[in-house]
Amino acid sequence: MRTPVFLLIWLVVSAAVFAASVWLGNDYIFFAGYVVLQYVVLGTAWNILGGYCGYVNFGSAAFFALGAYSTVAIYKLTTENDLYGMPIPVLMLIGGVVSGVVGFGMGYLTLRLRGAFFAIATLALAVVLQTLVVNWDYVGGSRGAYIIRPEQIEPVGNYIRYLFLIMMLLAVAAITTARLIEHSRLGYGFASIRDDELAAEASGVPTLRLKLIATTISGALMGMAGAPFPYYIGYLQPSSTFGLDYAVNSIAMPLIGGTTSWVGPLIGALLLGSLQQIATVTISSAVNLLIVGFLLVIFVIIAPNGIVGLIHTFLQRKPEDFVGRRPVEAEMPGRVP
Amino acid sequence: MVFSFDLLVNAVVSGILIGGFYAAVTSGVSLSFGILDIVNIAHPAFIILGSYLAYVANATLGVDPIVASIVMMPLFYVLGSGIYQIYYVSFEKRGQESLRGLAFFFGLLFITEVTLVLYFGVDYRYVEAAYIGPSWHFAMLDIPLRILVPCLVSLALTAGLQIFLTHSFLGRAVMAVAQDQLALRLMAVDPIKIKRIAFGISIATASLAGAFLIIIQPVEPSVGREYIGRIFAICVLGGMGSLPGTVIAAMLLGIVESLTSTFYGPSWAPAVSFGFLLLTLAVRPAGLLGR
Repeated sequence: MRTPVFLLIWLVVSAAVFAASVWLGNDYIFFAGYVVLQYVVLGTAWNILGGYCGYVNFGSAAFFALGAYSTVAIYKLTTENDLYGMPIPVLMLIGGVVSGVVGFGMGYLTLRLRGAFFAIATLALAVVLQTLVVNWDYVGGSRGAYIIRPEQIEPVGNYIRYLFLIMMLLAVAAITTARLIEHSRLGYGFASIRDDELAAEASGVPTLRLKLIATTISGALMGMAGAPFPYYIGYLQPSSTFGLDYAVNSIAMPLIGGTTSWVGPLIGALLLGSLQQIATVTISSAVNLLIVGFLLVIFVIIAPNGIVGLIHTFLQRKPEDFVGRRPVEAEMPGRVP
Repeated sequence: MVFSFDLLVNAVVSGILIGGFYAAVTSGVSLSFGILDIVNIAHPAFIILGSYLAYVANATLGVDPIVASIVMMPLFYVLGSGIYQIYYVSFEKRGQESLRGLAFFFGLLFITEVTLVLYFGVDYRYVEAAYIGPSWHFAMLDIPLRILVPCLVSLALTAGLQIFLTHSFLGRAVMAVAQDQLALRLMAVDPIKIKRIAFGISIATASLAGAFLIIIQPVEPSVGREYIGRIFAICVLGGMGSLPGTVIAAMLLGIVESLTSTFYGPSWAPAVSFGFLLLTLAVRPAGLLGR
């Protein structure tokens, strides 16, 4: 399928979903749907680095919060100087640029080393950025920051619908980007890094440059997902914005869905995101995080290729597999240190 | 803040003491990450688990937290070897440890933290013992016993581990498994068993480190996250898998952190370890005493 066709189909689907939600008339759908779509973006963004290149980013919350806090900083700047507030798409671009630059810097310092160091550095990045924000009074420090959301916006009407629409477009953009990468030279380069970095390097793949591209794209998308968040939540506070739940969700969703293609994060985010929204309402928000944790651990142990992998193996089974013949499993030889 | 010699000396001394405690916190990771190459980012969560178990023992039975944690070490050992077994079968054997293994430990970290939150809530918990409260005074020095005791026990633990690794057959096998599994197999030693034992020991140290943590500061479930950056910064700075390096790096970090919080304010301290980590990775990835 050509990319414009793909994009068109998703735009039609989004329009249909939006129309259906408006028709249902309950604004709660937009509030819940916004969060699910936000996870679609975060999961897809994580997967560009994690799934395609095989580098684990534990700092999704940090990149997300960078986007959110750049919005807060600009909001303060514009309201204090009596300027007009910037429209959300512009804020998203700014958030994306900030997070992308930080992603690039982090990657430049740590990606030349073994993969584990990058993962650890991203984990620590969240703590450090949180420290910075807590100490930065301009954006509210540890007290948090309020953002006053306009009631209405033309031509969509209710503001939450507008945010929902924007997040949906971002989700479509993220999925299209991911698919585009998958089928390009870039995607094959990423896959070669994931499968055997040494071999890739030896056959002339510019691994460091590709990894930096992946980190930058992934970080920028996360920042873009975070930029409208202050307008959604109304009150932004460091400990919840940098919370571990963003990090764990954006890892769990692709891994549960399947990491090899754009479909996996989408399925994972839609399933897990909706499940969480339901569990938050019916049980409690702490319990639903526990569910995510357990699902993550169970899936990485039992179904390494996620739901997509499960469907694949199910479809590819031949009749004789069901009567006792097992496919021969090649055991990995000892790992080269 | 006024710069004074008293303040400086006290900051350095308390940094060294805290560094001793950091050494205990990190020695487990030096073993698992440094020697076995298992990136156990859930280690801080096990430390917090140790803190809470010490807290429960202290609050219900009135047992000294350090004694309680030593009693609980075998339990942690069993937990650790169980986790390694799962890790080996599901990831190491399939060659998937880099991505899914990391996600597995991250899941463990998350589950432990959320379970503790659900069970104990997010209130800060603390323990009671005779050495919590009083301090020793020498001239201008102030040494709180609540930091001195964990520091000394922790140095003893690290020294014990070092002797175990260099002087016992099992310990040498652990060092060997990092270098050449095949050669170990030729010596009729099962490398998986050795790794299981070593990982069990690494988790067992978390029990003791947890007790130290709750003696030094009140603990709530998410405190562990601050230690992730610290632990790995120390581990990398010390030189992967070198325990003497770990002690030196831990004290260095302790001193810098203590100076930072004395002269710039404690809210900046968490950023120090990250700076250390990035600086080490950028300048000397092999660490201070790296092989």
